[in-house]
Amino acid sequence: MPAAATAPALTIRVQEADFDVGAELAALSAGNTGIGGIASFVGLVRDVAPHGRGQSSMTLEHYPGMTEKQLTAIAEEAMRRWPLETCLVIHRYGRLLPGDRIVLVGTASAHRAAALESCAFLIDWLKTRAPFWKIEDDGNAQRWVEARDSDDAAAARWAKAPGSTESR
Amino acid sequence: MKMLYFAWIRARIGMAEEVVAPPAEVRKVSDLLDWLERRGDNFATALKERRVVKVAVNQEYVDFDHPLAAGDEVALFPPVTGGH
Repeated sequence: MPAAATAPALTIRVQEADFDVGAELAALSAGNTGIGGIASFVGLVRDVAPHGRGQSSMTLEHYPGMTEKQLTAIAEEAMRRWPLETCLVIHRYGRLLPGDRIVLVGTASAHRAAALESCAFLIDWLKTRAPFWKIEDDGNAQRWVEARDSDDAAAARWAKAPGSTESR
Repeated sequence: MKMLYFAWIRARIGMAEEVVAPPAEVRKVSDLLDWLERRGDNFATALKERRVVKVAVNQEYVDFDHPLAAGDEVALFPPVTGGH
């Protein structure tokens, strides 16, 4: 069997199609036995329809070009702050139904702290920086999802580099 | 100058993109927003709440005092809501 191809350090994908979490995470450490752990976050669509009031759905719009640029910048920042071997962000757009996967963040490092912390950093930062907008349809009406202050607060807690000695 | 509009700002303006040629006195982002607002009720409605208007020039976030050039791609959109 040929040796598995080594994953690139940074993988960013913006796509309409679903993704296979197991395959994506397996690829993240392929060919790199220096990796001791992978942290991941999978975001799902929640059902917003009142009970028995029909099917809810969500449509994600994005800014092609800037989305990839911003996600790459966020992932590069994570790789500067933590000793990561590989890093993956997949974000979907288009119409999604409750239970559908929206986003996958995966981080691989020699040690768990770097993987876990950078994974949380990535999902917090992409929520406030990546140009995506959601419109919810609860079966009756459409409503643009509003940004929440709690998301800004979650992103702000990473303002200082957690790994840097200056901030400790 | 290429304009791009997203989410409810796009819906209120009634178009996703256009090419505009603002007058010479439009030098920075805030000038552009003022000029756009005067083009019609749809623009005025979309842009009246400046606090929630985010701006990207050439796909990078900028402030309202960012200078503009003729060939810029300028995007206007509400606060982003990606993730899960």
